Amino acid sequence: MRNAPTDLGSLIPRNRAIHPVPYDPDYKTSVPRSPRWPLLSLDSSVTEETGPTFGHNMLGPYDNNLIANFSQGERLAIGERIRVHGRVLDETARPVANTLIEVWQANAGGRYRHVRDSYFAPLDPNFGGCGRTMTDEDGYYEFMTIRPGAYPWPNRANDWRPMHIHFSVFGSGFGHRLITQMYFQGDPLIDLCPIAATVKTRSQLDRLVAPLDMARSKPMDYLAYKFDIVLRGRRQTMFENKMEGM
Amino acid sequence: MQGLEMLQETPSQTAGPYVHIGCIPTFAGVNGVYPQDLGLSPIEDGAKGEIITITGQVIDGTGWALRDAMMESWQADAAGIYPGQPGADPAVTGFCRFAADNESGEYTLRTVKPGITQARSGAPQAPHIAVWIVARGINIGLNTRIYFEDEDNSADPLLKRIEQRPRVQTLIAKRTAPGQYSFNFVLQGENETVFLDI
Ligand SMILES: [Fe+2]
Repeated sequence: MRNAPTDLGSLIPRNRAIHPVPYDPDYKTSVPRSPRWPLLSLDSSVTEETGPTFGHNMLGPYDNNLIANFSQGERLAIGERIRVHGRVLDETARPVANTLIEVWQANAGGRYRHVRDSYFAPLDPNFGGCGRTMTDEDGYYEFMTIRPGAYPWPNRANDWRPMHIHFSVFGSGFGHRLITQMYFQGDPLIDLCPIAATVKTRSQLDRLVAPLDMARSKPMDYLAYKFDIVLRGRRQTMFENKMEGM
Repeated sequence: MQGLEMLQETPSQTAGPYVHIGCIPTFAGVNGVYPQDLGLSPIEDGAKGEIITITGQVIDGTGWALRDAMMESWQADAAGIYPGQPGADPAVTGFCRFAADNESGEYTLRTVKPGITQARSGAPQAPHIAVWIVARGINIGLNTRIYFEDEDNSADPLLKRIEQRPRVQTLIAKRTAPGQYSFNFVLQGENETVFLDI
């Protein structure tokens, strides 16, 4: 038995020129982990045009608050309190509504709660390092966290990650999946980071740098940073669904 | 000249070595934030069709199995209907997250074998599972598909597009026992998996 696809519109091909290069000798782990053969390029199918959907009812009351979620509101994490907010749009400037955003980050000292992180900055007993939220009908999202610390990592002899928050975004089809990182305005480590430098066009890297947003901060409470995200768009033309040659 | 008023996609960045904290925190030992990890299983009890298990590794260009890779899969139900489409099996969520084992690098995906789906052209797509791989050193997630050696893959529009025919085998899971398949993702080098730009 076959099923006719529910037509959501095919995906606009990815513009790989704006993305990081897969192979970059300055980011050493990318050398053995980047494919050598060209990708096979194809029009999207129902496989990529559909994808998992999640409901707001999945979210717990503390999911969007990394300051409080590790203790379910009992105790607060150490660090500079910040609110991160922004909007998720697609390439055709339509808001991406009700899509799941997951974030993870180091604590204020630059340490992750992970078996593979052996940096001697201490764990914060009240910080887990993950959170999630969903966009609203207009594509807006926000969450509370502490500003993550910079941290050293084994690559070249003295490489440090700039302060950053990892973002995972779903979109409306499996072909939309995106993982990226948000950096902070004014961090001098951005220019020294070989991972940031995998994005070869400076203006594209700048799109990953969140500006301080004093208008959304709260006096005596938290600062705010704005991070907008764009996902792939879908072709939607009146000719899209007609037979070839018609 | 007028502008096109198109936006550009946000650039990807590597998921890094700690992707598990954000996506599968319980697997990473970060307990108590969520009741359970998202995408623990693509099926619930009562899913119609053949329950199968796929195991394998993610192998780098030196032949080493990654211990830190995380994968996501997306698939149709046994009748070839994607979750969310009319008539889909309510016991199939279709979405799974699974990771390489920290010690062995082995992954396991337990799911229902998907049915034949239809490409936009109307051509049947052979049963397949879409997979997205992220890890440290992977700067933009890698898309690929798992097909099955005991299905008729001859008319599949994607497989037909692979010019170098021996490379088709890199997308086909080997059946090792009833309901058991093996499939390695080879990131680079000999037998490099065909990765997709779809
Ligand atoms: Fe990080």
